Amino acid sequence: MISLNINDQNYNIDADPEMPLLWAIRDLVGLTGTKFGCGVAQCGACVVHLNGEAVRSCVTKVSRAQNQKILTIEGLSKNNDHPLQLAWNEADVPQCGYCHSGQIMSAAVLLREKPDPTDEDIDQAMSGNICRCGTYPRIRKAIHMAAEITRKGGMAK
Amino acid sequence: MSTPQVSRRNFLRTAGLGSAGLFLGLYLPDAAVAMVMSEEEAVAADVYTELTAWILIKPSGQITLVSHRAEMGQGVYHSIAQIIAEELEVDLASVDIQFAQGNEKKYGSQLTGGSSTIRGAYKNLLKLSASARQVLIMAAAAKWSVPVTECYAASGHVIHKPSDKKFHYGELVVDASKLQAPKDVALKPRSAYKLIGKPLHRKDTPLKTNGQAIFGIDKRIPGMVFAAVERNPRLRGKIKSFDDTEARKVPGVTNVIKIAMGVYDMDREGVAVIATSTWAALQGKKALKIEWDDSGFEHVNTPEIYRKQREVLKTEEGRLLKTQGDPNGIINRSKDILDVVYETPYQSHATMEPLNCIGHHRGDTVEIWGPVQAPNWIQDYISKKMGIAFDKVIVNMTFLGGGFGRKALMDYPHEALVISKAIGLPVQVIWAREDDITQGPFRPGISYRCQGVIENNEVSAVKFRTAGQNNDHFRSGDNGKANRSTSEGWLKPYFETIKNISFADVLFQTPVPTMFWRSVYASTNGFAYESFVNELAHKAGKDPLAFRRQYLKEERAAKLIDKIEEVSGWRNKGKTKGFGIAITECFGTTVAQVVKVSKKKGEKLKIDQVWAVVDCGWYVNPDIIHAQIEGAIVMGLGAATIHEITFKDGLVEQRNFYDYKMPRLTDIPPIEIHIMENDSDAGGIGEPGLPPFAPALTEAIFDLTGKRIRKLPFDMASI
Repeated sequence: MISLNINDQNYNIDADPEMPLLWAIRDLVGLTGTKFGCGVAQCGACVVHLNGEAVRSCVTKVSRAQNQKILTIEGLSKNNDHPLQLAWNEADVPQCGYCHSGQIMSAAVLLREKPDPTDEDIDQAMSGNICRCGTYPRIRKAIHMAAEITRKGGMAK
Repeated sequence: MSTPQVSRRNFLRTAGLGSAGLFLGLYLPDAAVAMVMSEEEAVAADVYTELTAWILIKPSGQITLVSHRAEMGQGVYHSIAQIIAEELEVDLASVDIQFAQGNEKKYGSQLTGGSSTIRGAYKNLLKLSASARQVLIMAAAAKWSVPVTECYAASGHVIHKPSDKKFHYGELVVDASKLQAPKDVALKPRSAYKLIGKPLHRKDTPLKTNGQAIFGIDKRIPGMVFAAVERNPRLRGKIKSFDDTEARKVPGVTNVIKIAMGVYDMDREGVAVIATSTWAALQGKKALKIEWDDSGFEHVNTPEIYRKQREVLKTEEGRLLKTQGDPNGIINRSKDILDVVYETPYQSHATMEPLNCIGHHRGDTVEIWGPVQAPNWIQDYISKKMGIAFDKVIVNMTFLGGGFGRKALMDYPHEALVISKAIGLPVQVIWAREDDITQGPFRPGISYRCQGVIENNEVSAVKFRTAGQNNDHFRSGDNGKANRSTSEGWLKPYFETIKNISFADVLFQTPVPTMFWRSVYASTNGFAYESFVNELAHKAGKDPLAFRRQYLKEERAAKLIDKIEEVSGWRNKGKTKGFGIAITECFGTTVAQVVKVSKKKGEKLKIDQVWAVVDCGWYVNPDIIHAQIEGAIVMGLGAATIHEITFKDGLVEQRNFYDYKMPRLTDIPPIEIHIMENDSDAGGIGEPGLPPFAPALTEAIFDLTGKRIRKLPFDMASI
C-alpha cells in the first residue's frame, strides 16, 4: 500500500512503487484532470505540484510522492476561481483543452514565485508545455491577466 | 455527463425542413433503456421532452442543447448552442450541453471534418430553433386562450403581452411537443441578433480549467480494463511469432492476445497486452518480444519517395482535373518557362490526447466511448466489419484532445472492439505517444510541378501537376479518375483571369497509410500554388499584392485584398523588406495573410508579425474565429519550419516530442486578425487559417533575402 495526499485528501492505493505518479493519480485514485501526453517529460500535460514544485508526473515514481503534498488541477481552487482559472476563462484560452491542466499548474508555480512576471519569465516557465492547438498567445495574455487579478485582490493560492 | 432521461411521445412534424432533425418529441438515450411513461409520470419524474433533435426541456424548465458534432477545440460544442439559443430565446448561461450519440438519421452527417459543422447546419438549426420557439408560444396561447400574436418568447419564457402573464418553457414543453410547427417561421434578420456574432465566452472553457472536461482517455466504464498494443513498426507486416513471457510477469497484466485492426484495405496485426491499469499495459507492451514478417511490401525511404515523385512529374501528364484554354500549347512553344518543383512533407497529427477508445462488445450489440470525429463512419464500418446490425453499433462521443483528421479514422475504435470481443470485457485501448507518432496514418508528402509562362508582363499559361499519395484514390480504390482535391486551396477567381490553366495529378502510391490532416489538401497545395503565384508576380515584375489585385477581380476577393493591404501596412511599407503575402480558399472561407520577417546580423531570422484577414461570410462567434486562426498559424508554423515524418527502411524515424518537435510559446510571433463583414453564406473556420501561412512566410523570406524556399519544412535558423 502506498499512501498519497492529494489535494488535502489521503488515499491508500495498491500500486507498483515504480508506477509513475500520473497513472496512480489517474487510474488508481481516479482523478483524471491530469493528462498523459508523452510519457517522457516533453510536453507538460501531466504537471502537478509536489510540495509546491511543478513536477512531470509521467516520470515521477509514485514512491517518491508517498506522504508528500500533491496538488492537481482539481485541487487548485474549490470554485474554479484561482486567478489563473479566472484569467483562462476571461481570455477563453483553451481550444481542445487537453494540455491546459498542465499549462495552468505550470503557470501557478510561476505566479507564486513571480507575482508580476515579465514575458521573459513566462517564456522560461512555460516553454516546457506544448499546446498543439496553438493557444500560446492567449496563455501569455492570461498569465499577465492573472497577475493583474492577484494584484487587485483576487484569490491566490 | 450523464445521459438525461427522456419521455417517449408522439412525433411532431415540422414541415419544409431537411431530413435531419425532422421530429419533435422522441428521444432514445440508449436503445436498451428507452422508457415509456405517461405524461403525468413524465412530469412527476421531471424527464426531458425533445423539441427537435437538438433541444431537450424538462418540466422544471431545465434546458439541454445537443452538440451533434465532435468538439476537438474548434468550438462547435459552444457555437451550436449559441445558434440555437438565439432563435429559441433562451439564456445561454443557463443551458446544459451534451454530445449526441451517433445517429445520422436524426442529425444528418456527424462527420466532424472539412470545417463543415456550422456552414452545414446553421440554416437548419436556426429554422428548427425558431420552430421550437413558435410551438412553445402556440402552447402558451392555447393555455391562456389568447391569440398567438399577443404572445412572445424571451429568456426561456413565453409572455402574454397585454397581461404580462408568463410560463417558463418547462410548463409548455409537453403540450408544445404535440403541436405542428407552422410551415414558415420568420427568422431574425442579422441586425436583430442578440447572441450570434458576439464574442461570447465558450461554454466548455470552465470545464477545461479545472479538470472536469471528460476526454476519451478520462472516460471510465464499470468493469473496464486497459490495453496497449504493439503494432507492426513497418505498418503492414504480419506477426511471425511472439514471446509474452516477460509481459505476463508485469504486475497488473492479465492477458496477452494477438489481434488485427482494420486500416483501409489492411488488417494490421499486433499484440495486445491487457491489464488493470494503463501503466501496467504499457509496461507489458514494452516487455513483448515479437518477430515480424515484413516481406511482400516496399520498405520506403523518404529521399527515395521524393526522387520518384520528381521522376514521374518529369514524364507523366497525370489525370486532368481541370483545364481551360491551351496551357500545354503555350508552354510547348515558349522558350522562357518558369518550371519548378515544390515539396511538402509527411506529417503526424500528433493530437495532444493520444489515440484511445473504450470498446464493449456484448455479442449482438457493441458500444464505444471515445474521442471520435466520425460516429456514423464508425457505425457503418463496424457494422460491416464485425457483422453487427447498424443500429446496434452505439457510438458515444467525448471531448477530443485534438483531432485534426486523425480521429476520423475507424481503426482505433475497431481495435478496442476486437480486444473486447476476445476478452469479454469493456476495454480502453491507449496508444503511447510513440505509437501515435510512428504508426500513422499520416498527411501524405506531396510534390508539385508548377509551370508558368509570362508574356508581356502578364500570365499566359499555368500548369500544375501533383505527385503524392492521396486519400481520394486510397479510400475509393478508383484510380481511374483525377483526384478531386488537386485544386483545393486555389482561388476560383483566378480562373477568370488566367485563361490557360490546368490541374492534374500523377498517381503515386506507397505502402504508407495516409489520412486527412488539418486543412487537408489546401495545407500543402496552398504552399505550392500561392508560392508559385508569388514567383509569377516577380517574373512579371509586379508587386505580389498588386498582382493578386489584378488577377482576383471578384468582389469579395478584392475587398479582402484591400483589407490585408491596409491592416498589414503593405500600402505604406515603401522599401522596407521582409513582407510576404498569400491568399487561399479552404472549405468555403478565404484567408489572406501577410508575414513580416527581419534579421539582425548574427541573429536568427525573426517573424515580426503575422496579419490575417478572414472572409467566412455569416459567422457565429468572432472570438472563436480569432482563436482558430491563431491556432492554425501556430500549427502551420510547426509544419513549415519544425517537424516532419521521415522513413528509413520502412520505419518512421521520429518517436516522440523530442524528435517530432512542436512549436513552443517562445516561437510564436504577434498575430493580428481581422474578419470581413458581409452577408454571404457561412464558410468553415477550423481549417482555413493554416494554408496561407507557409507561402506568406517563405515569400517574406524571399523578399528579405532573395532566397526562394520550395521545400518544407525548412530550418529558420538556416536562413
